[in-house]
Amino acid sequence: MMREIWVQSSYLAATIFFFLGLKQLGHPATARRGNYLGAAGMGLAVLGTAFHPDLQDPWLPLLAVGLGSIAGIVSAQRVVMTAMPQMVALLNGLGGAASALVAIAEYLRLSQVPLAATQQLPTLIALLLGLLIGGVTLSGSLVAFAKLQGLISGQPLTLPSHRLWSLLLLLGFVSGAVLFLVAPQAPTALAVLTALVIATLLLGLFFVAPVGGGDMPVVIALLNSLSGLAASAAGFAVNNNLLIIAGALVGASGLILTVIMCKAMNRSLTNVLFSGLVAAGGQADGG
Amino acid sequence: MSITNWFAALFVFTLASFAGLEVINKVPPTLHTPLMSGANAISGIVLLGALTLLGGEGPPLLKGLAFTAAILATVNVVGGFWVTDRMLAMFKARETK
Repeated sequence: MMREIWVQSSYLAATIFFFLGLKQLGHPATARRGNYLGAAGMGLAVLGTAFHPDLQDPWLPLLAVGLGSIAGIVSAQRVVMTAMPQMVALLNGLGGAASALVAIAEYLRLSQVPLAATQQLPTLIALLLGLLIGGVTLSGSLVAFAKLQGLISGQPLTLPSHRLWSLLLLLGFVSGAVLFLVAPQAPTALAVLTALVIATLLLGLFFVAPVGGGDMPVVIALLNSLSGLAASAAGFAVNNNLLIIAGALVGASGLILTVIMCKAMNRSLTNVLFSGLVAAGGQADGG
Repeated sequence: MSITNWFAALFVFTLASFAGLEVINKVPPTLHTPLMSGANAISGIVLLGALTLLGGEGPPLLKGLAFTAAILATVNVVGGFWVTDRMLAMFKARETK
């Protein structure tokens, strides 16, 4: 009981820190302090999690945080200023990957404990959403990174009948998801889940590849919003309020920022996202 | 979770989303990338989920996935706040010139 109070209090404090941090990040005079507030909130939340009743063995978590911190600091310190947008894209992709992995790990944990299907269904839907949004964020961010880094062409890349393939992929995901929800304890469920992961990765690829390199900052802002929603969905799956709150905050404010960035370019979001597709379609019609 | 708890979680999500819609406005273009980057670091909050799964009971596959997730999320969080600070430090230096 005492431990739970520590956990929840730290999460409550982190919620306030995140909100104020985001608010201050939007103003030139306070932006740096806002970033520190966000970092402090995150530090508090991680410290509080050390008291979490589910956390029985602290060594693996400590090791993971240690390794991740070193990798994070070294890469963040080394990256050159001009490469910042692709760095943000890469980091964002890692966050999406983490949400998808947490969703799968939570499924593995659930499949050990026998529960009534009705009790599980909302959790399973939440983790499928976390998997979908997290997977799209991961591969989409990697494509954005590759375009900005010049690893692939910054030109809009499309396949013949690009939209049809995207639609088929989405349909494939939905039918796979239904298959998974109908028999989540079946021996084939893990195979279905793996297929779903592949579908989400392809969806992210199909989503970002048609967007030109110059529009990548807007796409990264949108993917950032998505990674927030992925964290939120994972929060529903693992029953953690702070994940839900912080994810929703980032999801909603990221969407607003995306719209602001589009307006600054005198474009609409649909124009940014789909003009590559339209141009490719137009060329096909002309040729 | 009971259905009441699910709805409580949905209320929390809805209210936090509205807070997120209101929290930023009139951001100057120079702050677009730092704000995006700072928000991105916060979305690494999924780290907490990875940590509780990693510290609990489970088969090796679960541990392996949770361990990978925890490392990736930590890189997202630490690297995210770090690059945001580097960007903002430069921004400030330019301001004072």
